[in-house]
Amino acid sequence: MHQVDARRLLCPMPVIRTQDAVRDLEPGDELEVICTDPGVKHDIPVWSRINGHEVLEIREADDEIIVHLRVGER
Amino acid sequence: MSETPRKAVALISGGLDSMLAARVIQEQGVHVEGINFYTGFCVEGHTQALRKKDRDKPKRNNALWVAEQLDMPLHIVDIVEEYKDVVINPRHGYGAHLNPCLDCKIFMVNKALEWAQENGFDFIITGEVIGQRPKSQRADTMPVIAEESGAFDRLLRPLCAKNLPPTLPEREGWVDREGLHDITGRSRKVQMELAERFGFDDYAQPAGGCCMLTNEEYSRKLTDMWRHQGDKDYELDDVMLLKVGRHLRPRDNFKVIIGREEGENRFLEGYRKQFTHLYPTSHNGPLTLVDGEASDDDLELAARLLARFSQGKKADSVTVDVVRRGGEPRSLEVAPLRPAEISRDWYI
Ligand code: SF4
Repeated sequence: MHQVDARRLLCPMPVIRTQDAVRDLEPGDELEVICTDPGVKHDIPVWSRINGHEVLEIREADDEIIVHLRVGER
Repeated sequence: MSETPRKAVALISGGLDSMLAARVIQEQGVHVEGINFYTGFCVEGHTQALRKKDRDKPKRNNALWVAEQLDMPLHIVDIVEEYKDVVINPRHGYGAHLNPCLDCKIFMVNKALEWAQENGFDFIITGEVIGQRPKSQRADTMPVIAEESGAFDRLLRPLCAKNLPPTLPEREGWVDREGLHDITGRSRKVQMELAERFGFDDYAQPAGGCCMLTNEEYSRKLTDMWRHQGDKDYELDDVMLLKVGRHLRPRDNFKVIIGREEGENRFLEGYRKQFTHLYPTSHNGPLTLVDGEASDDDLELAARLLARFSQGKKADSVTVDVVRRGGEPRSLEVAPLRPAEISRDWYI
């Protein structure tokens, strides 16, 4: 599982970090983005939808939000 | 129309105009992808993310929202570092506040051009409208942007193209000039009609522009920061901190940043290692960062000021822990400043 640490970053930086990480991954790879800005609960799913990736799960624990996604074909 | 499917990259700010421009070109069968630039000054969400009262409101990134409405991929590009030169040395000067709109446009179109060349895209579109903005969207600035960005006639403005000479995509028949528009001026009427025709509602209508640099209060804080540090440099953290909290400068050599509520305090907490900071321990109250070189006497003043913003504001004394950058906490017993002792001029 690949991970991106986007804690303390405010949107859209977590989205940019996600985008940069996904660029180096293969379709089907999975990635976890660890964030603190609640905006990611909205922004990463939208970004994933328009760019053809799939959010599998969003977990929240101790002020952290972990977005788990699978890289799509595009 | 030519046989080859042509590709355009659209500058997407998150506002209505760039959204319409992209849609107009999509309608002509061109493959359009969006590009959005993150400068550090973007209004997007930051303050909402911080302030607790706004936390539960549905919040969105407008550029992403636009891309979703248009069903097109969006590329968000971090230009924080390179953008500094635009803000610090705008060749064409600033607008009403510290917004270097013309240089900013030139810079962004140039970046989009680079991106287009790297990714095999044929032309660039923007939502510019002649006469829309006094400084950057005038008939005489349109060619300046096209030329200085290096995009020349690969830059198409679908909303006002009919008032401008035909560009390469029009001459080559990649797009039909007849399907483009001739909008001018500040009236939003035609845009509203187009929005309705395309079925867009709930789009963002940013008041000033797309960034904090058009905001008077923000520009004042940035000017103050530049003046006191003696040059116009900045880091991303600096420009973020200018969006957060109350900023007061009781003395020339330092200012304080006082969190206004829980979300801001939490954000400021992330800066404790980098800044001398204070917080009340006898009462509830905000975290305060001290920016500048402060003496013990300065810190006592900062503590008294902070006490005024704490729940102990009416108490005889408030205990405040002061932590110098990288140091250990030291407790001070201070009397909160009285309102009359806080000069209006301290507020930046
Ligand atoms: S408002 Fe800000 S982002 Fe928009 S063109 Fe002006 S400087 Fe650039």
